[in-house]
Amino acid sequence: MRDAPSIEVDDLVRTFGDGRAVDGIAFEAHPGQVLGLLGPNGSGKTTTVRMLATLLPPSAGRARVLGHDVVADAAAVRGRIGLTGQYAAVDEALSGRDNLFLIGRLLDLTRRDARARADELVEQFGLVEAAGRRVRTYSGGMRRRLDLAASLVGRPDVLFLDEPTTGLDPRHRNEVWETVRGLAELGVCVLLTTQYLEEADQLAHDLVVLDRGRVIASGTAAELKSRAGGRRLHVRPEAPGEAALVAAIVASDTGVEPTVEPSGEVVVATPDAGALRRVEERLAVAGIAVAEIGLRLPSLDDVFLSLTGEATESASEPTRGAA
Amino acid sequence: MTITLEPRRTAPVVETRARRLPSTLRHGAALARRGITKTVHSPEALIDVTLQPVIFLLLFVYVFGGAIAGGSGDYLQYALPGVLLQTVVFASAGTGTGLADDLKTGIFDRFRSLPISRAAPLIGAIGADLVRYVTSGVVMLMFGLVLGYRTGAGVLGVLGAFGLVVAFAFGLCWVFTALAMVVREPRTVQGLSAVIMLPLTFASSVFVPTTTMPGWLQGFVAVNPVSRTADAVRALLDGTPAGAASAVSLLVSAVVVAVFAPLAVALYRRRT
Repeated sequence: MRDAPSIEVDDLVRTFGDGRAVDGIAFEAHPGQVLGLLGPNGSGKTTTVRMLATLLPPSAGRARVLGHDVVADAAAVRGRIGLTGQYAAVDEALSGRDNLFLIGRLLDLTRRDARARADELVEQFGLVEAAGRRVRTYSGGMRRRLDLAASLVGRPDVLFLDEPTTGLDPRHRNEVWETVRGLAELGVCVLLTTQYLEEADQLAHDLVVLDRGRVIASGTAAELKSRAGGRRLHVRPEAPGEAALVAAIVASDTGVEPTVEPSGEVVVATPDAGALRRVEERLAVAGIAVAEIGLRLPSLDDVFLSLTGEATESASEPTRGAA
Repeated sequence: MTITLEPRRTAPVVETRARRLPSTLRHGAALARRGITKTVHSPEALIDVTLQPVIFLLLFVYVFGGAIAGGSGDYLQYALPGVLLQTVVFASAGTGTGLADDLKTGIFDRFRSLPISRAAPLIGAIGADLVRYVTSGVVMLMFGLVLGYRTGAGVLGVLGAFGLVVAFAFGLCWVFTALAMVVREPRTVQGLSAVIMLPLTFASSVFVPTTTMPGWLQGFVAVNPVSRTADAVRALLDGTPAGAASAVSLLVSAVVVAVFAPLAVALYRRRT
């Protein structure tokens, strides 16, 4: 690629007691890239981020951020990274503006510059009205935004976002996504961990899928999806009782036995683009009312399932509570 | 939310750099300012350093004073130096609770991901607390003067008494810092602090002369550093000879710092 990598991870290991939280992973990320670190709870995402952000020394292997070793040259790394962890790391007893001012001062800005930068960020993150209030009175979404703002005070070149939208409502989640896209366009390298496949799909240019501390797949979302098997034909009849009939029609057209989901949805993997039109016509002839029909790429949930043989947490649980 | 972050590829982190103090102290000062702002902005913390000493003094002087010393005026004269010490000792326990709180919320992770010395957050916390100790001490003394306390010492004596009290609290705050690093849960730190402090302050010469205590307790009181410090503070404020007790108190404070400061820092490094 065109630029020197912002993040280089080489055979990185971190053990806790007997457990290997991170078990020899390797990847790279470049300026302007959003790299998604994807995996279920306990797969090693947070441990990886903590090592890259110099908060946790690796047990073995090497990691460099902006060319600086995270162990030998931690100070140089710290000056140029931003970190937003799973817990909003802001001071509840201070106002939003004071929080940002403090970070500015710790980054050696003069009082005047620290104040100006705080005002700038407060405005950018829609916190102007709340800026003078103590963070204790903020909603969860406001805290998250302040937390993200705090990680941007020093205009980092590499930004670590550890599950940045956990617990956010859809509107604020979209706002965080917009911010991340904007930063990447400015050349910031963003390493994003998430257990939400949708988030990875929306934001990340490239994905690294972790499971039990190992990289089990990597590539673009499209690549991973094509690996999980190509397009699928989905048909859902109005009356779930007609699913068997639909399945028979689909099977005779594609030559493959489809799966029938409990909802009555009939699904079959097919490389044949003409199948959709033909099945639709035959259903019309048979007089079966169709609620939904279409060709779809597999979701990242399908990808994860096919890679690990296990459903992800977000796929298996209907609610997405805070981790 | 419209994000218009200006591009920056090559420019350094900051536009202008402030250079006055060595960075550890400068960052520590910024963090101490945070601690002070926090106290000023949070009613409960403010009450801790202002109202609590006042209430303590009123309770002891008017509830116990007559019974112990036969009159509140005499008792005020005896008790104020001790209550002054007790107030500041209690305030020093807040250092541990505050640190445990910070470690729990993850704000230390943010500090540690910044290019600041690892010691700066600790220096900041303790720096802010020293200001708290002095403030509550001053409140206590002023209120005592209003109630009729009269010091026989000059400015130097008063400053000396304050110095002893703050030195003692500084030593103790390292004990509570070490405790906070081991125990972690802020509520537990608070509970354990009370268990440590109540016997230390009450089984001493802070509130009453020790002559009526049973022998075994007198033995403890005699070696209790709080007693020696209370005696020294009382003597300094009364303007009577305080050399020996002061020396013992300072020695104890120095030993406590020498033992617990490195221990707390080591635990803090391991913890963070």
